[in-house]
Amino acid sequence: MEDLDEIIAEFLVESHENLDQLDSDLVALEQDPTSRQLLGAIFRTIHTIKGTTGFLEFGRLEALTHAGESLLSKLRDGELQLTPEVTGALLTMVDAIRSLLAAIEATGQESEADHSELIATLNRLQQPGADAAPAERRRRSPAAPAGPPVGEVIVEHGGATGDDVRLAVTAQDVGDPRPIGEILVSQGSTTTGEVSLALEVQAERRSVADGSIRVEVDRLDSLMRLMGELVLTRNQSVAHAAVAGDAALVRASARLNLITTELQEVVLRMRMQSIDNLWSKLPRVTRDLAAACGKSVRLELEGRETELDKTILEAVKDPLTHLVRNAVDHGIEPPQARLAAGKDEQGLLVLRAFHEGGQVNLQVRDDGAGIDPAVIAAKALEGGLVGEEELARMNEREIVNLIFLPGFSTAAAVTNVSGRGVGMDVVKSNLEKIGGAIDVGSVIGAGTTFHVKIPLTLAIIPALTVLCAGDRYAIPTVNLAQLVRLEGRQAQAGIERISGAPVYRLRGKLLPLIYLDRELEVAGPDGSRRDTVLIVVLEVEDRRFGLVVDGVLDTQEIVVKPLSSQLEHVPVYAGATILGDGSVALILDVLALAQRAHLAGTGREQARAAPGDAEPARPRTGPALLVASVGRDRQVAIPLERVTRLEEFPAGSVEHVGSRELVQYGEEILPLVRLGGDLGPRARAEDDALTVVVCSTGGRTVGLVVDAIVDIVEGGLPGRGAGADPLGTAVVRHRITELLDVEQAVREAGPRPYDPPTVPARGGP
Amino acid sequence: MSAALLSTFTVDGHLFGVEVTAVQEVIRYQPMTRVPLAPAALAGLINLRGQVITAVDLRRRLGFADRAAGELPTDVIVRTNDGLVSLLVDRIGEVVEVDDEAFEEPPETLQGVGRELIRGAYQLDHALLLRLDVQGAVELPPPAGGSGIVAATPM
Repeated sequence: MEDLDEIIAEFLVESHENLDQLDSDLVALEQDPTSRQLLGAIFRTIHTIKGTTGFLEFGRLEALTHAGESLLSKLRDGELQLTPEVTGALLTMVDAIRSLLAAIEATGQESEADHSELIATLNRLQQPGADAAPAERRRRSPAAPAGPPVGEVIVEHGGATGDDVRLAVTAQDVGDPRPIGEILVSQGSTTTGEVSLALEVQAERRSVADGSIRVEVDRLDSLMRLMGELVLTRNQSVAHAAVAGDAALVRASARLNLITTELQEVVLRMRMQSIDNLWSKLPRVTRDLAAACGKSVRLELEGRETELDKTILEAVKDPLTHLVRNAVDHGIEPPQARLAAGKDEQGLLVLRAFHEGGQVNLQVRDDGAGIDPAVIAAKALEGGLVGEEELARMNEREIVNLIFLPGFSTAAAVTNVSGRGVGMDVVKSNLEKIGGAIDVGSVIGAGTTFHVKIPLTLAIIPALTVLCAGDRYAIPTVNLAQLVRLEGRQAQAGIERISGAPVYRLRGKLLPLIYLDRELEVAGPDGSRRDTVLIVVLEVEDRRFGLVVDGVLDTQEIVVKPLSSQLEHVPVYAGATILGDGSVALILDVLALAQRAHLAGTGREQARAAPGDAEPARPRTGPALLVASVGRDRQVAIPLERVTRLEEFPAGSVEHVGSRELVQYGEEILPLVRLGGDLGPRARAEDDALTVVVCSTGGRTVGLVVDAIVDIVEGGLPGRGAGADPLGTAVVRHRITELLDVEQAVREAGPRPYDPPTVPARGGP
Repeated sequence: MSAALLSTFTVDGHLFGVEVTAVQEVIRYQPMTRVPLAPAALAGLINLRGQVITAVDLRRRLGFADRAAGELPTDVIVRTNDGLVSLLVDRIGEVVEVDDEAFEEPPETLQGVGRELIRGAYQLDHALLLRLDVQGAVELPPPAGGSGIVAATPM
C-alpha cells in the first residue's frame, strides 16, 4: 500500500509540473495554432496523465482527460482547427484536473465534483463521427512511467492495433520472456521497422526525464550549510598554510582553495533555477486576466534562462505576479482606448530578466497609459502621505514612486483584480526583505516600467574586509564602488566641509564622508588626525558615499551568519562571518550605516518624515534643475521650470548699452547676465559663442550667460540648501552647486534703464 | 518534592547555578569580537566551531563590577530559546543537587536587575547558591531604552 501511496505522490508532483507546462503551451498554441510541435507536446502531456490515472483507478480524472485527449488528437491530426472556444475548454479542463489532483493530494480520494458538463463540451467540440480510438489504449502497463511503453508508441504510430498489443501483453503476463516488440512481430501484427522506430521515440522521450533527478530541498539546504562550513575551513587553512611556510602544505591548500571554489559554484548552481520556472505560469495568468478585463495582451518574455537561487525565486514570485497583474489590470488600456490613442489594439507586456553586477535585474514593462503624476500627487496628498511643500519639491519620477508608500492605492474603482489588498508597499517590502529594491518609471501615454534588483544568493557573498579601531569588518562588495587613498598633505587638505559635513571631491563630484570609527562610537581620542585617509566609496540605492576606515585588508568570499536577537536593536550590522584566522567579523549594513549617519537622501523608513528630511530610496525631493558651469570649477543650478530655452549667440552679436549687455532675440531685446561675473571668481573670457540659458519669470525674460550646460538633474536640493539665499549652496547629486535665484537675476537685468550696473566692467568688449 | 541538578559558577564572589540540562558545554575563555553600539552586557561574539555565538558578560548583566584587567572569564555555553549563548563567568564550580522546593528569597544584598534574574536561593554548607534565570539573563534590553544595568557597587 505504501508503494501505491508513493506512486500517487510521484504522480501528483509530475502532474502538477505537466499542468504548468500545459498552461503555457496552450496559450502559446493560441498564438501559433498550427504548431504540430506544441500540439504534440500538449497531447502527450494529457495522454500521460490519462494513462496514469487509469492505472491508479481515478475514474473521474480518467474520464475527463480522456475527453480532452480525444479532442487534442483531432487537433493534432489536423481534423479540427483551434478556436478560442476550444482553447477555453482545454484550459478549463486543466483547471478541473488541478482541482481533482488537489483533492487527491488532500484526501487520497477523488472529489465528488461533477465534470460531466465539461466532458460534454469537450466531446461536442470534436467533430461528430470521430470516435475514441484512444479508449482502446487505456489499459497501459504501469512500468516505465518515464517513457510510454513500446506497445503504446507503436499503436500511436498506427503500427499495430490496441488489440494486438493487448494480446502481446497477455502473452508476457503468462510467461513469454520476449520483449513486446518481438512478440508483436512474431504475431505478424507489425514490422521490425515499426518496432525500432517506436523504440527510438521511446528513448527520446525518456531521456528528458532520466537526465535529471528530483532532490529534496532540505538536502540541498544542508549541502549548502556544509558548503558554508567548508568555505570557512578553506579560508582558515589557506591562512595557516601561508603562515606555516611549508611548501607542500601551501600547494595542497592552494589546490583545496581551487576545488572549494569550484565546488561552491556547483553547489550554488544546484540551487539555481531559471526564472522560467516562475514565468511559465504567467502566460496563463496574463491571458485569463486580460480576458476578464476585456483586454488583449501580448506577453513577451526575455531572458528566460536567467537563473537565481531557489529561495529568492520563491520570494520574488508574489511581487512579480502582482506587478504583472497590475500591468494588465491598470497599466494597459482597454482596446477602444488604445485604438483612440493610436496604439495597437493589443497591449504589450514585456518581462525582462538579466544578470548585472552580481545581481538579477527584472523588468516589467507595459505600453499602457502610464502613471499620471498629477493623480498620484493628489492621492498622496489626500491620504496625508506627503505634505504639500514636500510634494512641490518632487519631480515626476519621485511622485510616481510614491505608489510604494504604505497605504497608497490608486485604483479609482476597486476592480475585481486589484482589490486584493496587496499593494505596492507590500511588493516593495517583500523585495527589500531579500535585499532587493524596486523602482518605477513612467511616461504618460507610453507605458510604465518597473525595475527590480535582487541579489543572486544570500548565503555566500564576496566582501571587502576593512580595519577600524583595531577590529575587522566586512563590507559586501555589491556596495563597493572604489577605494581612495589620500596621503600626506592630501589627507588634510583633500577633505572639505559643507555645512559641517565632511566631503571629498572625487573626480569633480562631492562625496559625503562617514567615519566608521565615529559611527560605531569606537573612535580613539585623536581619531580624526590621520596621515593616511582610506575612503571606501560605497553605492547603495543610487546613493554614493565614502566610508573612512583605518585599513583595507582584502576581498574574500564570506559566509553570512545570522546575528542573535540581542543585536536586533543594532541595525548597522547585516550579520557576522568567520574570517580565515577563525575570528568573528561583523558584516556592515551599508544602507543602515548611511541612514544612521543621516546622510542626505538615504532614508528608507522615513516616508512621512518632515519636509527636508531624507526620503526613502529615492532621489532628493525637489524640482528638476539645470546645472551649468560658470567660471572656474563653479556650478549653478537653475530650476528647469524657469528655463525657456537654451541658446548660443555669437559674441559679436552682443550690444552694449552702458554697462549692460543686450542681444537681439527674435523680435525682442534680451538682456544678458553674466553669471560668471555675478557668482564666479572672474568673468568668462571673450569667446566665439556665448551659451545662454533663457529664463522667464514674472513676465520678464533674461539670458543667463554660462560656460557650459553640465547636466539636468532630476533630484532636487537637500532641505538645508533650499532657502531664499541666492548664494545658498547645495549638494545636487553630491556635487557642490550654487542655487540660483532667477527672480533676483531677472531683477538685476531688468528693463529699468537707469539701474546701476550689476555686472563688473570686465564684461565689456 | 523533586530534585534539580544545577551547574554552578561564581560571578563577583556570588555562587550561581543553572540547570545542568541547559548547559551545552564549558570552554576556556575565547577571544571575542566586540560589537560596537550593542548593549553593554553584550561582551562580544565568539566562534564556536563555525557558529557565531553571542557572549553575555554576567558581571555586567547582573550589575556587578567589571573583572580586573588580566582576569579571564570562562565561557559557559547555554541553550536558550534564541539558540546557543555564551555566559561569561568568573570560575566554573561543581554540579550541585538541590531540592527544587527548598529555595529561599534572594539575599537583600543583591539588588536591581540582578535580583530579577534570580529564581531562588539555596543554602549550601559553604555558600548561598543563587539559581539564575537563564532565559532572562540572555535577553538584553536595547541600549537606548533605559539602562538595564544597575550601577555596580564595588565590593
